[in-house]
Amino acid sequence: MSAIERVRPSDPRVPVAPQLALRVAILGGLAMVMFGVIFFRLWYLQILTGEQYVHQANVNRVRDLPIAAPRGEVLDREGKSLVTSRTTNAVQIVPRDLPPAVAEQAAAYHASLASAELGREAAVAVLLRFERTHPAIAQRSTAAERRQLHRLEAAATPVQVSVPPLPPSAVGVRALFSRLGQLISVSPQTIDERVVQGISATPYANITVKTDAGQGPLTVLAERQGEFPGVVQQPVAIRDYPFGEMAAQVLGHVGQISAEELKMKAFRGVAPGTVVGQEGLEYYYDRYLRGKAGVQRVEVDASGNPVPSALKPSLPVAGHSLKLSISMPLQQESEKALLQGIENARAGGKPADAGAFVALDPRNGQVLAMGSYPSADPNKFAKPLTPAESNVLVGGGSKRLIDRAANEAYPTGSTFKPIVAMAALENGVLTPEEGLGAGPCISVGTEQFCNAGHADYGAVGLVQALKVSSDTYFFEVGERANSRGRVIQSEAEKLGIGHETGIDLPSELTGVIPDAKWRQKQNELELSCEKREHKASCGIVAEPEKPWTVGDNMHLAVGQGDLLTNPLQMAVAYSTLANAYMNGGEGTVVVPHLGLEVDEITGGLVQSLSVRSARHVRLNYSDLSLVMEGIHQAASQSGGTSADVWSGWNQSANPVYGKTGTAERYGKEDQSWYMAYVADPKRPIVIAVTVEQGGFGAETAAPVARLMASKWFNRPLKFVTGSSHTL
Amino acid sequence: MSPLSPIKPSEETQLPSPATLRMPLDPLLTLAVLGLGICSIVNLKAATRKAVPGNPSYYSDRQTIYLVVGFILMLALSRIDYSRLRQFKSAIYAALLLSILAVLALGHSALGSTRAISFSFFSFQASELGKVLLIIALAAFVGERSRRLHDRNTTILVMIGALVPAMLVIVQPDLGSGMVYLVVAYGLLFVAGASWRHLAALAALVAVSAAFVLAAAPAAGVHLLKGYQEERLTAFLHPSSRPHQEGANEPSYQQLQSKIAIGAGGKTGAKEPGQIANGFVPESDTDFIFAALGEQYGFLGAGLVLLLYGLLLSRTLRILVMSKDLFGSLVAAGVAGMLMFQVFVNVGMTIGIMPITGVTLPLMSYGGSSVITTLLAVGLLQSIYVQARASAAMKGRVLRH
Repeated sequence: MSAIERVRPSDPRVPVAPQLALRVAILGGLAMVMFGVIFFRLWYLQILTGEQYVHQANVNRVRDLPIAAPRGEVLDREGKSLVTSRTTNAVQIVPRDLPPAVAEQAAAYHASLASAELGREAAVAVLLRFERTHPAIAQRSTAAERRQLHRLEAAATPVQVSVPPLPPSAVGVRALFSRLGQLISVSPQTIDERVVQGISATPYANITVKTDAGQGPLTVLAERQGEFPGVVQQPVAIRDYPFGEMAAQVLGHVGQISAEELKMKAFRGVAPGTVVGQEGLEYYYDRYLRGKAGVQRVEVDASGNPVPSALKPSLPVAGHSLKLSISMPLQQESEKALLQGIENARAGGKPADAGAFVALDPRNGQVLAMGSYPSADPNKFAKPLTPAESNVLVGGGSKRLIDRAANEAYPTGSTFKPIVAMAALENGVLTPEEGLGAGPCISVGTEQFCNAGHADYGAVGLVQALKVSSDTYFFEVGERANSRGRVIQSEAEKLGIGHETGIDLPSELTGVIPDAKWRQKQNELELSCEKREHKASCGIVAEPEKPWTVGDNMHLAVGQGDLLTNPLQMAVAYSTLANAYMNGGEGTVVVPHLGLEVDEITGGLVQSLSVRSARHVRLNYSDLSLVMEGIHQAASQSGGTSADVWSGWNQSANPVYGKTGTAERYGKEDQSWYMAYVADPKRPIVIAVTVEQGGFGAETAAPVARLMASKWFNRPLKFVTGSSHTL
Repeated sequence: MSPLSPIKPSEETQLPSPATLRMPLDPLLTLAVLGLGICSIVNLKAATRKAVPGNPSYYSDRQTIYLVVGFILMLALSRIDYSRLRQFKSAIYAALLLSILAVLALGHSALGSTRAISFSFFSFQASELGKVLLIIALAAFVGERSRRLHDRNTTILVMIGALVPAMLVIVQPDLGSGMVYLVVAYGLLFVAGASWRHLAALAALVAVSAAFVLAAAPAAGVHLLKGYQEERLTAFLHPSSRPHQEGANEPSYQQLQSKIAIGAGGKTGAKEPGQIANGFVPESDTDFIFAALGEQYGFLGAGLVLLLYGLLLSRTLRILVMSKDLFGSLVAAGVAGMLMFQVFVNVGMTIGIMPITGVTLPLMSYGGSSVITTLLAVGLLQSIYVQARASAAMKGRVLRH
């Protein structure tokens, strides 16, 4: 402060009173402090913690909208597209161009959704606490406790929140939705629901109300844009399954990610509204197929309205392609053949309402074909579904989306016999030459065990017993084996039955190989259930007082009784027999798998998909040779159960080892089964076919298997039904 | 003027001082005002780009006009001998009260408060102009009583002289201007040499009444201030007690958004500024203009503007001590108090260390009344400067800048 320098008498400057000088100095000092405080604060806000505020500012004003990434293709083993994506025009609604009534409706919906979810989460917490404090509730509980548990469980399940109705004053929106609905044939209520749910799920994003509207409506929309404010056409990529229902359960389908999936680890980093795999391979390999969504950054003002912006979008990264072991020609022919078998069975008066097939490479478990009937067109899931459509696809008695090759469990009938034969030989239950099963029936206690049609095959050796599928022979084997404990059960487990195969699909059934312990457990469950529910029967076991009997083991020996497995597990077991037979008894329980490799969209390999290492098993080669001889004769020599099905087949080039099966099911027609291993030095194949309520194995399932083998080995396609009426 | 030349007062009384002719204005003061004016236009132009659709320079054009008008008025005022205003002190004080009362009677309401009288071309806020009028009137009064400064009555009279118009504008309600009036009076007393005891007593009185108005009375159910005023004044004490979702009019929301804007500015300005442009900071063209400056030009821009204010204040204090008479010093003291208070309170509220009081940032905030009032005050400073130099030249003294 130059002004308060001391003034010398000779200095010709204005003298400043000392009092004034002091006070001005104080004022100046105050100003300095004040500026100091401001500078320090600014330095703190802008330099020290600036980054944090940049982030907050972005959160404030930038809304990220996902740009869907093109989903990767699914290819067959030759590189043919099984699943692809195509571009089509979608009719979309731009929420911000609609009158505010819709936004209010969406806000109300969102609020009730949020409160419902809040209530549900609270209920889940209470339920968990209740379950912690009542650990044994399943076994011992009072009626009041059970009622409370049911109430809590009901409260903890996700609820459907209905969309509140449009206010009566929203005449304009009503008229718009009904005009649009008429044009694209969607009801106005459905349009309104989609819009409201869409706004709630992804605010600011356009909402698709119809995909593939057809050229007519699109032209009308384009020409009369003025009549449809807020309605736009947008090219969108949708999932395309060019073969429709083919392998639909295996391939799966796609759909918008659900609220539950969003919380799952597998979908970490996936934005709401993203289309992800929902079933089958689409689900299992979703992380490879889905790619990485891009982000369109929308800038909004303080009231949330979008404003013009120079923010750059980040572009999506396309998903990788997935190459499968499936052979498209074989798959197509198999589906056709299965249908033919089913139609043939229906012509013979059988209901034949469902069926499945699996074809494996027995050396490595590659799935060459896999399918299930009835099927559904996964293309339907690529577009917004109406409630009626989704009912047909998901609900209903036909269970179209169930993959019956891996997700159903059946008794197998006689196709189980080779496994029983292996068990008996390896454990010394019998010698191969020993003649067993004379007469049409075997009596144990008061129970009679008979051949189909009371046929009498006489006392036969093992090979012959397999060839003609003598039930009496295997009843005796089952009877003998029962005294040796779990002989049959262990062998079946060893070969791959009764546990998950490890296939690369989202789910598969374990199945059941019944034994004494299992029976005891079931009885206990039934009894405790009856006691708890005060019911005469819970339906778990018919006679809960009855323990495991020799008769149970005898039924198991012919693939009946309580045995439950599926075509996939049977194919694994036969593959184990087949590859052990190729390698002098050294076998592997293959892990069936569909995915071979993940490729760049341009074709380059990203990675080969590793398969869980197969379990090694050692089988006695001479025993195995006898079993294989038996089922080879069954498929090739006159008198064999499926020999007539394979008539004209070049057995020397590709010997067939095949076993028919006819499983009896309570309250249903017999289930037709056929298992086959067709040998080949380069491309051996194991085929499993089953048709529910399809009749005898030789009549329905075996001809399907022959057609499949014919396609695989490029032989003339002939549908030859067999005549054997064995079980 | 050469220091070796002999002093010849007789000659110099006849001739106008060559220094006065060469230096018609304080160059540094003028530089500070011009710099702030330019910063104001540049900053406002960027901040209000999207405010009026189709006219990105709506606000900056008008601000330019206000600045030019104000600058011309400043030049005009600098040519007048301010000391002549002393004799009109009663008339000026009467004009101050009348204009405020006129606003209360027939003014139009902007954002819920009645502050301005609309003329056909321009609406003028009496409370803004009142700041300059009050400075002149009080400076004249204090100057007259310079020999009775230790008298308790002087202190009381000066404070009442400020309190009456202050209460009237607080009723409008314009709390910010009312506080400026009181600060101006206090600054005048302080510089004039009022006794320390009086000054301390006044400070204590302010503290007690603030506590009473903001804490004690509301607790007892008596609200002397409007609810939002209370909230604004206390919001900075608990910035995060109200989540900002509650509404854009929440004072803490406003302050939080302002801090976000300034913080996002970083060293040299935000890469993607949108906090201001997209309207997250309400009143970002007027009271919260410093938030816009901070976001768009960062620490560098804000620092430059603060340095210009520093220059402006240091020149005001310098002119205070070089004034030829006590009246001039007191006017400068009033202007210094006004500027210091407004800069500190306004910038302080945008960075979250002061309450929200609706005080404008001199020259930077958009608005004709505020800009022109500030430039009139600067015009007074220029006049004091010019007169001081002229008088010194007459007395043969060298006046250092």
